[in-house]
Amino acid sequence: MLTIATGNRAVADAVKAAKPGVIAAYPITPQTEIVEQIAEYVTGGNLESRYIPVESEHSAMAACIGASAGGVRTFTATSSHGLLYMHEMVHWAAGARLPIVMANVNRALGPGWNTWAEHTDAFSQRDTGWLQVFVGTVQEAYDATLMAFKIAEDERVLLPVMVNLDGFALSHITQSLDTVEIGDFLPPFHLPHAIDTENPLGYGPMTGPADYFRFRWDIERSMRDSRGVITEVEREFAERFGRSYGPTEDYRCEDADVVVVAIGTLGKEAEVAIDRLRDEGIKAGSMRLRWFRPFPDLDLAGRDVVVIDRDYSFGFGGVVAHSLKSKTGIEPYSVIAGLGGQEVTYNDIADFVKNRRPGTETWFGVSDHV
Amino acid sequence: MYEIRIHSRGGQGGVTAAKLLALAAFRDGKHATACPFYGAERRGAPVVSFVRIDDEPIKVYSQIHEPDLVIVLDTSIMDVVNVLDGLKADGTVLLNSAHPVAGCNGTCRHVDLTGIALAQNLVVSGSPILNTPVLGALAKMGIVTLPSVEQAIREMFSDERNVKVARAAYEELKI
Repeated sequence: MLTIATGNRAVADAVKAAKPGVIAAYPITPQTEIVEQIAEYVTGGNLESRYIPVESEHSAMAACIGASAGGVRTFTATSSHGLLYMHEMVHWAAGARLPIVMANVNRALGPGWNTWAEHTDAFSQRDTGWLQVFVGTVQEAYDATLMAFKIAEDERVLLPVMVNLDGFALSHITQSLDTVEIGDFLPPFHLPHAIDTENPLGYGPMTGPADYFRFRWDIERSMRDSRGVITEVEREFAERFGRSYGPTEDYRCEDADVVVVAIGTLGKEAEVAIDRLRDEGIKAGSMRLRWFRPFPDLDLAGRDVVVIDRDYSFGFGGVVAHSLKSKTGIEPYSVIAGLGGQEVTYNDIADFVKNRRPGTETWFGVSDHV
Repeated sequence: MYEIRIHSRGGQGGVTAAKLLALAAFRDGKHATACPFYGAERRGAPVVSFVRIDDEPIKVYSQIHEPDLVIVLDTSIMDVVNVLDGLKADGTVLLNSAHPVAGCNGTCRHVDLTGIALAQNLVVSGSPILNTPVLGALAKMGIVTLPSVEQAIREMFSDERNVKVARAAYEELKI
């Protein structure tokens, strides 16, 4: 059905369609509308699910781990400090190979207290074994959440998936949303190692140096296999529902001399900048990075690259810029912009392209750095 | 692309007005986005919402710095906020006021949305509802159509008085 909705509402509606058996969540700005809306669906009889209003995010993820291990589809949502508070359990969910889906509404970390968009919260969970996808529109928030369940639950993956959407910039914007009848797009939940009370087994016991690494390798093997699964699921989604997605969303890249790489809403805003630059005769394109884990192969050879990082790794650099450099060998022009919701317009992005100095880093709005 | 900035105070319904306007434009077959700018929200504090309407999909997420139309739901804000900031040279201003307001350049229109809401006793938590009547005024200005306004209001509210006040504002606004 075609309507308009916020990014948060789109996530809640996708969860309603996916019908998880257990939802455990703690509200936090700017994620709150997701869990409020889901709670309304549950109490109103529109979603048959056990909604557990836990006392903290650590408990939210712990409850999801228990429920998922018990053999039911499980969802939670959080943001920023909430995500950090559940960090220990985030590792555990992946290690226990539980296909939990979590929406993370990207928000900066305090202090100073700030509820606006930034990606440092998600990137701080980079090495947990979760798949991470970043969306750029309300429609994509819906579609990616639906696909996340199918990707996570595939037996070649069996890893949790984090769906990231920019705080306020996407969580609270109202855009068009086409909800779908999912039919049998999501098969019934089946966890091969689900707890079976008829056949009790021990899980997560002491695992010594002779064996532990095998479990870690198995996570990585599944992470590598997930690339193919993601492609399959996105292709099936396109065939069923007519909307195509890939590891990146490329815009006017074919003949581009310079490509802007960005994530989330800045990646969409970049497309407007590209149109302006093209009007001025500058052959520019943009590449919106959708999947961050597994990190995709990027075809950028022979072009200048401008990376916008809405994040920072102190003492090192922009996380996306350095990931891209490590993967492609390209020295990008690294722009740190949009931290804590800093206003970045398409005109600013066009300026980044025009003033690019590959191999250097610039903090947008900071004048005294070298 | 037509860009609209709505000034109001927290609790006056500016954010909902933006959503309603986007929905009405969407029902007109246009692309539309509504985007509140959230600061430290509290009742009575000046807040800003943005609406974009276009024939093409809208990819802009940043704030509106050069609006085509500025809507002011509470003219007392004009003492503390420069509501005309960045208004295009051929831009328009719509004020919730029974009378013309001094210092308003551009094409300035006014309509007594508060009076219209009070006439229908459309008051919630002590505040007259402004977000549904303002949609009627916007229909009169040709931003959206009146049938789409009525449809959008009915999709979001069950109280039929909301449609009545939109029609009343449509009638009262002088073009």
